[in-house]
Amino acid sequence: MREILVISGKGGTGKTSLTGAFAHLATDKVLCDLDVDAPDLHILLSPEDHKKEDFVSGNEAVIDPDLCTGCGTCAEMCRFDAVRETGDGLYEVDPLRCEGCNVCVTFCPAQAVKFPAKHCGTWGIGETRFGPMVHARLFPGEENSGRLVSLLKQHAREVAKEKGLGTVLCDGAPGIGCPVISSLSGTDLAVIVTEPTLSGQHDLERVADLCEHFRIRPTVLVNKFDLNPEQTERIEAYCSERNYEVVAKLPHDSIVVEAMVERKVVTEMPDSPFTDTLRSAWARIEELSEQCASASK
Amino acid sequence: MIISVASGKGGTGKTTVTSSLVSVWDKPVAAVDLDVEEPNLHLFLRPEIDKVSTVDMEIPKADDAKCTHCRKCADLCSFKAITVMAETLLVFEEMCHGCGGCLAICPEDALTPGARPLGTLEEGKSGDKPYLMGRLRIGEAMSPPLMRHVKKRLDQVIGETGRDAIIDSPPGVSCPAVASVIDSDFIVLVTEPTPFGFHDFKLAWEAFTPLGKPMGVVVNRAGIGDRSVQDFCAEKGLPILAEIPFDRAVAEGYSKGQVVAEVSDDLKRVFESLRDAIRREAAHA
Repeated sequence: MREILVISGKGGTGKTSLTGAFAHLATDKVLCDLDVDAPDLHILLSPEDHKKEDFVSGNEAVIDPDLCTGCGTCAEMCRFDAVRETGDGLYEVDPLRCEGCNVCVTFCPAQAVKFPAKHCGTWGIGETRFGPMVHARLFPGEENSGRLVSLLKQHAREVAKEKGLGTVLCDGAPGIGCPVISSLSGTDLAVIVTEPTLSGQHDLERVADLCEHFRIRPTVLVNKFDLNPEQTERIEAYCSERNYEVVAKLPHDSIVVEAMVERKVVTEMPDSPFTDTLRSAWARIEELSEQCASASK
Repeated sequence: MIISVASGKGGTGKTTVTSSLVSVWDKPVAAVDLDVEEPNLHLFLRPEIDKVSTVDMEIPKADDAKCTHCRKCADLCSFKAITVMAETLLVFEEMCHGCGGCLAICPEDALTPGARPLGTLEEGKSGDKPYLMGRLRIGEAMSPPLMRHVKKRLDQVIGETGRDAIIDSPPGVSCPAVASVIDSDFIVLVTEPTPFGFHDFKLAWEAFTPLGKPMGVVVNRAGIGDRSVQDFCAEKGLPILAEIPFDRAVAEGYSKGQVVAEVSDDLKRVFESLRDAIRREAAHA
């Protein structure tokens, strides 16, 4: 089994549109949307869920006003400024700031702080026209997205094992923080989608460093390369210096948004130079991931 | 007044709006990049950074010799960052959220304050405007503590000079995004009129509405996709403060690191009227 992760360091580079097309082109795969914060892949793939579960993770402090004596120990000890006075000499926890660390619960002399488990989102397994898909939605404002990412990957691997599928294809989260670090774990090949902008290059370099940090081989796909050919050249130079293969350069093409509006992936649109390039890019990604997967065994 | 520029997801034009607003803001203003995972604002505002400081987070340092293996620390820790394994006290630094609970509870002083670097706080000037940014260390998972640090410094800057601040917030709607906008006076929500953009926009609206802050919308790349964002805003009574037309000149200017408000007079007028609309909406709130 091999795992391919599409990431971008930042949003808006076309990661999900390209993952959708790869989902169409790949044979034998389970799909997984790891961008639990703002998942979009389901918009293109319309999964019909046959399994749906709550994601419960961590705890949240809640002060019982009947037991609170107003001593203020909780507010004094909270490092997240999550406890505030209510005005009548009692205290309450701001759920948006609470990290669920347990400190106020432990140190409250009146044992007035309850610590219920937190329902942070939902996750499910569904069937799409391109195969099974594991996906989730974190409730807005929730944390623990790293844990939810790990859980999704674990289920995607199980589905692959059960159904004898050879590839786990993941749409990663943007950024380089907690959910991305979780996304990278167990990945054979990271496909970094970038665009020829100053920020695109900056973010590419940071996410490539992150891949190297975790010893995962990155390969690069430059989207909208014709928006700034000079910047594209700089990205290519950076890649060749770092020994990253650029698997494709895709032009800025309205076909991507047109497909999205029709809830289709780009390769379901009529053939064009854009879709041809995409097909050869996918063929190359498959080869590279095969090499990486066998090298790690 | 602190204005946070946020978006349900990345790539919608948050940094375009932030840098342009800073450029046309005609009152004393500070520019702040709180997107510490992928800070990009400096690529446009090109500040001269004159101070870079490392930001640490307090984490426990274990002294195994003093530990009596009572496990009180491990029982308290919600993040599994500290454990007693076969008579050894272990700290997993990367998991620690820095709540300080273990330090407070250890009866033997076997845990003392140590530090883990989160990243850097960089300060400087873009023209005559103070500029602040955080930059998360590669491999560090926790951005909110670094953001809190940048915000504390911003409070000092505002306290000293009484200026406004415009903040480029992290994308998404989870903890870093909420941590970023929670102390602002006005939230500018940037979106684009595509199915992805609309979906993420609704999530952002859901995430930020409970904060009870005045909020307005900027539709970027207006003209592509469909009208669902505009329809939703009309239904919820959310003001659309500006529409930035989809224009290859904007995309090309952005790709070169140009402040979009400085690309043409027409675009400058779009952002000046956005500035005025923000002031108007914030005053009503």
